[in-house]
Amino acid sequence: MTTLTAVSLPPAKGRAGFPGALRSEWTKIRSVRSTTWTLLATAIVTIGISTLFAWGQSGHMGREDLATFDPVRSSMFGIVFGQLVIVVIGAMTLSGEYTTGMIRTSLSAMPRRGVVFGAKLTVFTVVALITGLFCSFTSFFIGQTFFHDVTLRTFGPVKNGAADQPVPSAPVHVHLSTTLGAPHVLQAVIGGGLYLAVSSLLAFGLAALLRHTAGAITAAIALLFVTFIMTQFLPHDWAAHVDKWVPFLAGSQIWGVRKLGDDSISMFSAWTGFGVFTAYAAIVIIGGAILFRKRDA
Amino acid sequence: MIEAAGLTKRYGDKLAVDDLSFAVLPGQVTGFLGPNGAGKSTTMRMILGLDAPTSGTVTVNGKPFDAADHPMREVGALLDAKAIHGGRSAYHHLLCLAQTNDLPARRVGEVLELVGLSDVARKRSKGFSLGMGQRLGIAAALLGDPRVLMFDEPVNGLDPEGILWIRNLMKALAADGRTVFVSSHLMSEMEHTADHLLVIGRGRLIADCTVAEFIERNSEQQVKVRSPHAAKLAELVTAAGGRVRSEEGTLHVANLPLERVGDLAFDNGIRLHELTAVQASLEEAFMELTKDSVEYHAAVPAAQRAQATAEVGAATEQKAEA
Repeated sequence: MTTLTAVSLPPAKGRAGFPGALRSEWTKIRSVRSTTWTLLATAIVTIGISTLFAWGQSGHMGREDLATFDPVRSSMFGIVFGQLVIVVIGAMTLSGEYTTGMIRTSLSAMPRRGVVFGAKLTVFTVVALITGLFCSFTSFFIGQTFFHDVTLRTFGPVKNGAADQPVPSAPVHVHLSTTLGAPHVLQAVIGGGLYLAVSSLLAFGLAALLRHTAGAITAAIALLFVTFIMTQFLPHDWAAHVDKWVPFLAGSQIWGVRKLGDDSISMFSAWTGFGVFTAYAAIVIIGGAILFRKRDA
Repeated sequence: MIEAAGLTKRYGDKLAVDDLSFAVLPGQVTGFLGPNGAGKSTTMRMILGLDAPTSGTVTVNGKPFDAADHPMREVGALLDAKAIHGGRSAYHHLLCLAQTNDLPARRVGEVLELVGLSDVARKRSKGFSLGMGQRLGIAAALLGDPRVLMFDEPVNGLDPEGILWIRNLMKALAADGRTVFVSSHLMSEMEHTADHLLVIGRGRLIADCTVAEFIERNSEQQVKVRSPHAAKLAELVTAAGGRVRSEEGTLHVANLPLERVGDLAFDNGIRLHELTAVQASLEEAFMELTKDSVEYHAAVPAAQRAQATAEVGAATEQKAEA
């Protein structure tokens, strides 16, 4: 305990800023186990439920389903559940700083809060996008293997000349799978990843507002899920005005090749809807950033 | 060098820090002393920009902390050793801090060596003992080889060995020409480490002096007198130039020798039941000084309080002998 002088500390150059903060946030996110576990959970839930759903649906298709069948959305249905897991990562990435008290240490090292917030947001956005895209593409490709050769369910009795003589029809095989080259498919699969990423960014922003893990997760699920469930109980003339603005319905238009929602209600187009959804997240994040800079840590 | 001017922090209708102006100079250990809740931590948080002052300013080495090019090279602070993510290893904790200030990664190994945590560098800090956590916090403070160091109650909960280590570290840092600012609610702790003292109570600056001055000013000889005619005696003593504090028939007289108090009583025919010389310890002086500014008083019956004071006095004497 005698030498305190820093032998290996070179003289300071320039000014500490965003690049260093990015490296720091990358170190932070990769050095805690919860990141690995929650990312893994997101992939397992999204891809697992997508696979189950695609498998189940491919065995239950009837002729009447063909008109409304969406081979992309049906292959990525797990996103609905995956978003519930990825919001946990979004919330924890920021609220973890507060619940552990690390925020005070972080801001004592780098008091320029805009830099800290921006770097954390950037690193997390990249991680969330990679996770989301990995989940959507994997789900898509697995789903298409089920939809490649679908045996349509037959509804007996099938009339064949003589009345009341049910004759089992020959099994009908159809190819319902699609490829990334088909119209709007690539956009929709990328859209699935984007939707997951923006869901978690919404939770990130809520965590900045609330500084509380459970509160941020609850609020995110309320916004994403509960608002959607509530629309199911709205009278039709209300729903006609409200439904398209609901975060889940607006944001989810992009990850399918057919419109999502009640046929008789007008919805946003894929990119407009996704824009609305992203705007919700952006508003929350901007609000969170303002409070992050102003509030006592 | 830390300079505060009119520093004030208000939470709702409560003034946590009230118009503090002071300078903490390099090359010495400055103790920041005050009872719990006096506003020490809030002041330190404002120096670091964690809390925004309601009014007033504070600068570090001439600049607001957040204007420093490399903040960690200006100030290294240990405010709360538990303010870390327990799931992260000591190495990664320090690495992520070093990266924000473009410090080389090898500096992390160096400070871990310095505080004696090299062997547990890859262990998650969740499992660290209090002392290890404190060492990790000090490692973080030393990362940027800063010119100013701040420690908030650094010896709280440490074993004697750890306390000695931190004391020596602070002295060495000051001897190195750095500014060392350390808070404590224990005067006895400051006696051993600090050169200069800032004393605050209820957010206000009570004293700003060297430790030697503080001792000289506050540990004067006092005389304790018990008399059925205390009020009359008090008048006489005051007239003779003494300072008197009275409670229930007992007077504590300062600034007047014991013999003079006894003579005054005799000359005026006042009956005395007790006449004792009392040496106030630094701890008592500090308590006396901050008595009115203690935020939370425990409800202790008078008799018990007297006994407690006697015990404290005895303990202090023993320490002095040792």
